[in-house]
Amino acid sequence: MFIEYLKAFLIGGLFCAVGQVLIDYTKLTPARILVGYVVAGVVLGALGVYQPLVDFAGAGASVPLTGFGNLLASGVRKAVSEDGFIGVLTGGLVASAAGITAAVLFGFIMAVLFKSKDKS
Amino acid sequence: MAVKQGKHSLIMQKPISVVSYAAVGSKKESEGPLANNFDILNADSTFGEDSWEKAESTMQKIAVKKALEKGSYTEKDIDYICAGDLLNQCISSTYGLRDLGIQFIGLYGACSTMAESIGVASIFIESSAAKRCAAVTSSHFCSAERQFRFPLEYGGQRPPTAQWTATASGSVILEEKNEPPYIRAVTFGTIEDLGIKDANNMGAAMAPAAAMTLKRFFKDTKTTPDNYDMIFTGDLGKVGAQLLCELLQRDNIKLSQDKNYTDCGLMLYDLNTQDVHAGASGCGCSASVLCSTILPQMKEKKLNDVLFIATGALMSTTSAQQGESIPSVAHLIYISNSFNS
Amino acid sequence: MDKQEYSKLTDKVSQNSKSYLNIPKAFVIGGLICTLGQLLLNLYMYWGADKELASTLVSVTLVFLSALFTGLDLYDNIAKHGGAGTLVPITGFANAVAAPAIEFKTEGFILGVGAKMFTIAGSVIVYGTLASVVYGLIIVIFKLY
Repeated sequence: MFIEYLKAFLIGGLFCAVGQVLIDYTKLTPARILVGYVVAGVVLGALGVYQPLVDFAGAGASVPLTGFGNLLASGVRKAVSEDGFIGVLTGGLVASAAGITAAVLFGFIMAVLFKSKDKS
Repeated sequence: MAVKQGKHSLIMQKPISVVSYAAVGSKKESEGPLANNFDILNADSTFGEDSWEKAESTMQKIAVKKALEKGSYTEKDIDYICAGDLLNQCISSTYGLRDLGIQFIGLYGACSTMAESIGVASIFIESSAAKRCAAVTSSHFCSAERQFRFPLEYGGQRPPTAQWTATASGSVILEEKNEPPYIRAVTFGTIEDLGIKDANNMGAAMAPAAAMTLKRFFKDTKTTPDNYDMIFTGDLGKVGAQLLCELLQRDNIKLSQDKNYTDCGLMLYDLNTQDVHAGASGCGCSASVLCSTILPQMKEKKLNDVLFIATGALMSTTSAQQGESIPSVAHLIYISNSFNS
Repeated sequence: MDKQEYSKLTDKVSQNSKSYLNIPKAFVIGGLICTLGQLLLNLYMYWGADKELASTLVSVTLVFLSALFTGLDLYDNIAKHGGAGTLVPITGFANAVAAPAIEFKTEGFILGVGAKMFTIAGSVIVYGTLASVVYGLIIVIFKLY
């Protein structure tokens, strides 16, 4: 049990530390880093190296945005194997639909409830 | 008429007096070292409005009204108002001043606008085109942030060279009168660009413009920094101020941050405790420091001869996204307690 | 002074980011968010969800928490320290959606909230989806399924 949390903490932390290195040393903007992580996740997922990492580190690998990319890759793989060519178009977004829809829904609710505040 | 001296500087032949001035700030400014100098500090940075743009407009209007009130003037006494801000199409000024009924000259020089508007207003009075003019600029952290950077709730990290846009406004009223302090000279700058592209390092982008304008002013007037009690730049911040000293050093002009030079961006906040990184920025920074601190100290004769050089970075979000470097401009005004033509 | 010389001078004068602080902070804060994810994952599985469903529920929960913290004006204050630690996890994605939605409410629900919601995070979806399409085509062409 404890070792599970430790693995999630260490691997997840490592993904973030790499992101910080990119921010501090390459002047990449946050948006570029996010895009980079997602695309890297798709590539690593496609190469079959990301899923073993998820099996090892659990949320430590699935919570970072690379995990989101891996989800897109595995979704496409599954959809193509089940539905053939049309899976190329449906697989990615179907697999990631819950996350994206949740972001839209909760983002909207927060916009209704709150207004922007000054930074103190 | 203002006489051109040298290639770039205009010397006023009439006593253009700064007859009234006012500075308005908000919460962060109220926690800074200049808090006691401000006329109005509104802890609520919305200024009672429902958008940040409206908040900035209201703040600018308050600054103008306060300066009018302090000088016992009304809107009708002002011939022209020279105003500007950082927002697209200068909407803080146009909406803030729309109800005042004063002939409006909108100016954009980014954060250099306060020196620009005072310069333009002085020349209007000098040439008898106007009897009395107002000059005002403002900036608001929140409206600037959402236009130039990210939404306020977005979780981003600022690098140490980034500056904090002041939520502040400053306004002055000028007329020909034998009452110090006077605007004695104006040097408008040229657009300078030494290739800085980092929008988080505005000080570095603007320092070359400040150096160029100062150099020209000293050459035109055959003076040196020793002729002035204090030289203030607008919002170069920690990085830009140091770069300016280094740049001028190469032309053998000696500015020392311990002695005869400081930057408004380093005065408005406490850099050690207020989490503003390299200092303050924005049109409202130099304007509010001028109107809250520099001009009152001249009135009290603590300062008698001052150079005020406001610097502006002239890029937009579009030019930044297209990979352009950041051009900048610096305008200088020479303010003195003595007048002899 | 030419541009190269000035660029060197600027680099000399400009303070660098305090990476010796930023990187450990990003590691710890990002690690904690993932640990929270693991906690939720175990909780949902304990309640009977299979691994895939539990994983989806974790994403949804973290997205909700991030959006809520964004609305409460807390997320940016954590992110000031967290840096990539709050950017890289899925909470960073949710923050990038919720923040402009809240910020641009003043421009109305259609042209503000609706249109600006994906100004930052839109690229993530666009390029993630495109990458998945490329991968899908590769699978189809080389018959990898």
